[in-house]
Amino acid sequence: MKISGEAQRRILDAKTRYPSRSSAILPALHILEEDQGYVTEEGMAEIAGLLDMPMSDVGGVASFYSMFMQRPSGTYRLDVCRTLSCALLGSEHLVDYLSEKLGIKVGETTPDGLFTLRTVECLGDCGKAPVMMAGDTYYEDLTPEKLDAILDDLRRKAEA
Amino acid sequence: MRILFKHLDVPDIDDMDVYIREGGYKALEKALKEMSPDGVIQAVTKSGLRGRGGAGFPTGKKWAFIPKDPSLKKYLCCNADESEPGTFKDRELIVRNPHQLIEGMAICCYAIGSERAFIYIRGEYIEPARKMEQAIAKASNRGFLGERILGTDFNLQIQVYRGAGAYICGEESALLNSLEGIRGEPRLRPPFPAIKGLYESPTVINNVETLANVPHIVLNGGEWFASIGTEKSTGTKVVSMSGHVNNPGNYEVDMGTPVREIIFEHAGGILGGKRLKAYVPGGSSVPMLTEKHLDVGLDFESMLAAGSMLGSAGFMVMNEDTCIVRATLNMARFYAHESCGKCTPCREGTSWMVEMLESIEEGTGKMGYIDRLVDIANNINGRSFCALGDASAMPVLSSIEHFRDEYETHVSERGCPFAGDRGFALRGG
Ligand SMILES: Cc1cc2nc3c(=O)[nH]c(=O)nc-3n(C[C@H](O)[C@H](O)[C@H](O)COP(=O)(O)O)c2cc1C
Ligand code: FES
Repeated sequence: MKISGEAQRRILDAKTRYPSRSSAILPALHILEEDQGYVTEEGMAEIAGLLDMPMSDVGGVASFYSMFMQRPSGTYRLDVCRTLSCALLGSEHLVDYLSEKLGIKVGETTPDGLFTLRTVECLGDCGKAPVMMAGDTYYEDLTPEKLDAILDDLRRKAEA
Repeated sequence: MRILFKHLDVPDIDDMDVYIREGGYKALEKALKEMSPDGVIQAVTKSGLRGRGGAGFPTGKKWAFIPKDPSLKKYLCCNADESEPGTFKDRELIVRNPHQLIEGMAICCYAIGSERAFIYIRGEYIEPARKMEQAIAKASNRGFLGERILGTDFNLQIQVYRGAGAYICGEESALLNSLEGIRGEPRLRPPFPAIKGLYESPTVINNVETLANVPHIVLNGGEWFASIGTEKSTGTKVVSMSGHVNNPGNYEVDMGTPVREIIFEHAGGILGGKRLKAYVPGGSSVPMLTEKHLDVGLDFESMLAAGSMLGSAGFMVMNEDTCIVRATLNMARFYAHESCGKCTPCREGTSWMVEMLESIEEGTGKMGYIDRLVDIANNINGRSFCALGDASAMPVLSSIEHFRDEYETHVSERGCPFAGDRGFALRGG
């Protein structure tokens, strides 16, 4: 899928915003991911073209960072923090709970394409542990009951 | 004393008009109109302010390293990567009082002769990044940023730059690579960033909290700041409290405040009325301490004397039910996951430590593994390309130092001696 005109425009804008063109690669990858849902080969080729940079530079940057998905994922990525402060307050139980409820293992996507379950490192919100990030939102002080409500809510949003 | 956390008294201080009403941007005006750039650096030096990002380097000294040559472009990078496990203070400083940071950055740029600054913020902080961008736009419209600031010939542009999930990018030289658009691996030093940093130009890298202190120092004077805290650790420190405490959250305390007071008064004591077993005082990259170390003061030198480090002052607190091997394994996994793979001691060593800790926790470990772990950790510590390797050794070395008997029990009893959740339970569960 080609990236949208709006995304192209934003990438070209990023190109002019930094002292060097290569600095625009990371912002461009964020734009690409927002546009396509993940970092596609085609999209990276377009970035390379728009920024006049070799494809290998774009690919090298993309593969370095854990936030960029290199293959399609669910509409919602459920990124549960597994680092110590969240773990001490039961985040492993939450991962097991989600895994059972959704019928998928960590790293997998539900058959309806709605949820991908992942574990991530410290989200910088340990005071509200256990924490999960989905989309732009942090979900805090989690319990299994709260997860039920969040999943229902996200399902509704996806249908809307 | 409350210097940085004024938002607790004035909840809407994130609004620029409220910030100004509360005396905001007066420090910038004072610096630009009444002080020379050197005068600002002297005030910061006199204040004794030391970096809040972990290493505690004197901030005035760092700024003074920047060459004065006006023909050279200079940069400021504000480090808002905040990926150190257990640390969440910069996020609150940004979201609750963004103009305090902008003002601090502007004063720093004036002092070092920079017209361009970046805030490198971790990719997950989407809301904080937006908030920062909005505040920058407002400040620019009002003439606190941009061209000819407050009618002087000082110009400054500040941009937010989002990372994308890599702990190593908080390390300053890796941060610079990331910002330049290459893989975020650390650089060899020298040259130091003060000489050749961002785009080969002289660059200051400072933590969010460090820069947020600057307006207060300029407004009230270096001596005032130096009178708070201890002799060598001046001012306040924002501590992030998490883990097994009743009231987790950020607390601003004077440097030197005893840990007992921080854990038991500010953070409300140990969850479930249990006993404290261990705490990591500065993010997972510093050695853990125990119940024996409750009277240690929260400052650079006291923490060092107690065998740990102040680090980011991100406290992760563990109660008596916690299996220390499991906790250490959790931290070891973090470093194995985040090692950038550039150097062998760190790449290989962090994975070996995870494997050995796993087998000890699962009951297949041998007595010899404990000393082997110490060996591996010592071989990474000091031999890795950057400090991530050193950091990975700290949880392992300190847990074995304080809890060797618990490791031995794991081996002799062929498994974890702790019941049920081993300290890793949901609240109330
Ligand atoms: C692996 C690693 C991660 C780091 N992460 C951060 C970070 O997230 N935020 C930060 O301010 N400093 C971090 N630092 C410290 C920076 O390298 C640097 O010392 C600091 O930003 C300097 O600012 P300061 O003098 O104001 O403390 C990290 C260091 C290492 C080795
Ligand atoms: S440990 Fe989970 S947010 Fe920090």
